[in-house]
Amino acid sequence: MALVFTADQDQFRDSIQRFLSDQMPTSRVRQLMATDHGLDNQLWRQTSTELALTGIHIPEHLGGAGFGPVELGIALEEMGRALFCGPYLSSAVLSAYALLICADADQQERWLGDVASGERRCSLAVTESAGLWQNDDIQTKATGGGSASSLLNGRKRFVIDGQSADLILVAARADDGIALYMIDGDTNGLTVTALQTMDPTRKMADIELNDAVATKLTHAPDHLLDTLLNVACIALANEMIGGCQRLLDSAVNYTQLRYQFGRSIASFQAIKHRLADLLLDVELSRSAAYQAAQTLADCSDLRTLDEDQRRHLTEHASLAKAAVCETYLQTALETIQLHGGIGFTWENDTHLWFKRAKSSEVLFGTPAEHRERMMTAIESGNRSQENAA
Amino acid sequence: MNQTTTLHAEVTQWLDEHWDPNMDLLNWRSLVADSGWGAPSWPSDYYGKDMSPMEASIVEQAFADYGAVGAAQSGVRMLAALTLLAHGSHDQKQKYLRGILTGEDQWCQLFSEPGSGSDLAGATTRADLRGDEWIINGQKVWNTSAHHAQYGLLLARTDWDAPKHQGLTYFVINMEQPGVEVRQLAQMNGHASFNEVFMTDAVVSRDDLVGEPGGGWKCAMTTLANERRSFDRARDIGARKGRQGKIYRDLEEEFAIANEPYTWYPQRAGRVDLILQRAVATGAIDDPAQRQDIARLHIMAESAKWTGERAKAAAKAGKPQGPEGSLGKLAASNVARLAARVHTAISGNDALLTGANSPMDGVIAEILVSTPAISIAGGTDEIQKNIIAERVMGLPKEPRVDDGPFRDVRRNTSGPTTKA
Repeated sequence: MALVFTADQDQFRDSIQRFLSDQMPTSRVRQLMATDHGLDNQLWRQTSTELALTGIHIPEHLGGAGFGPVELGIALEEMGRALFCGPYLSSAVLSAYALLICADADQQERWLGDVASGERRCSLAVTESAGLWQNDDIQTKATGGGSASSLLNGRKRFVIDGQSADLILVAARADDGIALYMIDGDTNGLTVTALQTMDPTRKMADIELNDAVATKLTHAPDHLLDTLLNVACIALANEMIGGCQRLLDSAVNYTQLRYQFGRSIASFQAIKHRLADLLLDVELSRSAAYQAAQTLADCSDLRTLDEDQRRHLTEHASLAKAAVCETYLQTALETIQLHGGIGFTWENDTHLWFKRAKSSEVLFGTPAEHRERMMTAIESGNRSQENAA
Repeated sequence: MNQTTTLHAEVTQWLDEHWDPNMDLLNWRSLVADSGWGAPSWPSDYYGKDMSPMEASIVEQAFADYGAVGAAQSGVRMLAALTLLAHGSHDQKQKYLRGILTGEDQWCQLFSEPGSGSDLAGATTRADLRGDEWIINGQKVWNTSAHHAQYGLLLARTDWDAPKHQGLTYFVINMEQPGVEVRQLAQMNGHASFNEVFMTDAVVSRDDLVGEPGGGWKCAMTTLANERRSFDRARDIGARKGRQGKIYRDLEEEFAIANEPYTWYPQRAGRVDLILQRAVATGAIDDPAQRQDIARLHIMAESAKWTGERAKAAAKAGKPQGPEGSLGKLAASNVARLAARVHTAISGNDALLTGANSPMDGVIAEILVSTPAISIAGGTDEIQKNIIAERVMGLPKEPRVDDGPFRDVRRNTSGPTTKA
C-alpha cells in the first residue's frame, strides 16, 4: 500500500490545504450550500486550472497531470476536510473515470479533455429507484441509432450535481446489454429536478429522459458498474477521511477550551478515553482508505481487469467504504456530544460535517451492503484458490 | 551497499573459521560473546563492537544466512542487559553481561505488585540498608520466568518521605537465596505463565544497586522502553528448524522451555485467522447476520494490520511518528474482543465446552478464556487511552493527588500490601 507519502505528495497536500483554507472557509461553505447549484464558478476555475486538481489522475496525453489514485485520494481527503463545494466527485472523479474506461479515443478527445480541465462539468447517472449499482436495477432504455446516436427513456435518481452539469453520462440498457450514454445538459427530452438533500453541500437531482438524444460510449466491459462502484467507494472513502479528521480536530480543540468544574473537560478521563477511541477508529479507517486507493493504483487498466484484480479491488473498495462511513458518522455524533448543547446549534459548524457523514453513510450503498459485497469477494477468492490447488 | 557487503563477508568469514553445529550451545555462545559478534551494537569494552543498529542488523542477517546460532535472546535477558548498559556500573557490566549473552543466566523482572499495577510507581516493596546489604521485604507479581531465573531486576522503595517516583531504587537481586520464594500463579485459562515472588528479609549487596539511590524510576523506564523490542526477537529461531547438529537440538530445547508458558498467546489475540474456516465448517457462513459480524472483524483486523504497516514504514522513512504508531496495542484489544464474540457466535452451543470435547481440540475454548488478558497485560486499555490522549493528542493530565511524600499517599487498604 501507499504506506507512507513522499515529500512531493506531502507538498501537494499542503498546497491544497492552504488553498482550501483560504478559499473555502466554513463561511463560504454556508453561502454556497444555500445556493441552487452549490458551486462558485470562479473558484471552480481556480481549482481546475490553477491547481489542476480536476485532471490530477488523468494521463497527460488525455489532458491531465498524469498522477494516479493516490494523489487523487489526497485531493479528495483535503476536499472532504474543507467540505469543498463543487462538482469534484461527480465530474472530475466519477465521470472522468467512466470516460477513461468506456470512451474510445475519439470520444475521449471530445469530452475527457474538457472534463479534466474543468471546462465542462459532467455528472454520472447510474442509480434508479432502488438506488443500487447493479445491472438488474438499470431499467432506463436505449434504442435505435447505432453508435451515432441513441434515444434514452427512463428515470435516474440521486444524480450528484445533475442540476449544474453540462454533460450527463447515463447508464442505460439496450438489447446488447448495459452501456454508458453521453447526453448534453440542454438536450431535448431531458428534465432535471433538483432534490432537497439532507447534506446541502452535496447537490443531487432526479433526471427524466424522454427520447433524449445520446451518444453511446464504445466500450462496455461486463464489470462496468462494479468497477465504477469501486472507484466511487474508494474516492468517497478518501474524501470521508478528511472529514473525520476535521471533526476529531474540532472535538479535541473544543474540549480543551471548555472549562467546567474548574478544569478543562479534556482532562477528564471520561472525555479522554472517548477521544482516544475516536482517534483509533479514524486511524484504522484511514489505513483502509489509503489501502483502497493503492489497490486502485495497482490496476493498470480498469477496462481489462482480470478476475483476481477485480476481486481484490472489490474487497478493498467495499471494506474502505463500510469502515470509513461508520467511523465518519460515529465521529460526527461524538463531536456533537462532546460539544454539548452548542454542538446542536445551527451556528456551530459541526452539523455541516455531520450531514455530510450522514449522507455518505448511504451514498453508493449502506455499510451492511458493502460488508456483504466484501464477504462475497473474499469467498470467491478463496474458492478460486481452492480450485487452483 | 558496499559497506553492507563487506561487513556481511567479514562475519561470514569469522563463522567459516569458528562455526561448528556439533558444538555445545553454551560453549559456542561463549565464543560468540567474547568475539563481540553476539551483541555488535554494544560497546567494545563490554562484548560488543560499537556498531550502529543498522550494522548490527547486518551482522544478525549474516548469522541467519549462515544458519549459525547467535547470542541468547530469550526472556527478560535483553531488557536486563540494555538497562545495565544504560545505568549500570563498570563492575555490574563486567559481572552480568557475559552470562546474559551466553545464556548461562536467566533473568526476570520484579516490578508489578499486587498493590501497584497500572500505578507502577506506587510500589511498596521496601529495601532497607543494613551495613553493606540491602534487606528486601515485599511481594511482586506477574513475574515471567522468575521460577527459573538466577537474577531479578528489582524495583523497591528506599525513601518513604520522597514523592513516589523519587523514592524508588533499582537493584539486581540474586533469586537463588532463602529469602526469595517463587510461586507459579494459575490463570483463569488454566495456564500458569507468570509467578508471584515473595521476598522476606532477602539480601542484595550494596554493589548491586543500579544507578543512583532514588533513581529507580528512570532505570525502570529504560527496561520498559525496551520491552517491545525483545518480544520481536525471539521469533527468528524458528527459521533454523530442520537443521542438523547438537547445537540446534540444544537451541530447540531452550526455545521450547522458554515458550512453554506462552502457547496460549496466539489465542489471546483472538485467532482471526481461524474465523473463515470455522464459519465454513459450522455453516455460519450462510447466515446473513453472522456474515456481517465476520465482515466487521475482517475489516477491523485488516485495518489494524495496515495501520501497523504504516507506522513501520513511516519510521523506516525517517518521518516523525504519527498517531498510527501508538495505537497498535489498543487496536489489538479491540480485535481480540470482537474475535472472541464472533468465534462464540460461530460455535453456538459448542462454546459451552472446553478441552478435547470442544472445537479444534480446545483451541476455540482457549480463545474464549484467554482474550480477556490482552486488554490488561503490558498496560491496560485504560492506561493506553490515557497515554494516547495525553501524549498523542496533547490533552491535559488529570489533577494529581499523589504528589506529596509517599508516606502520606493513600494506598490500598485491603490485600497483601506492605505497611510503611
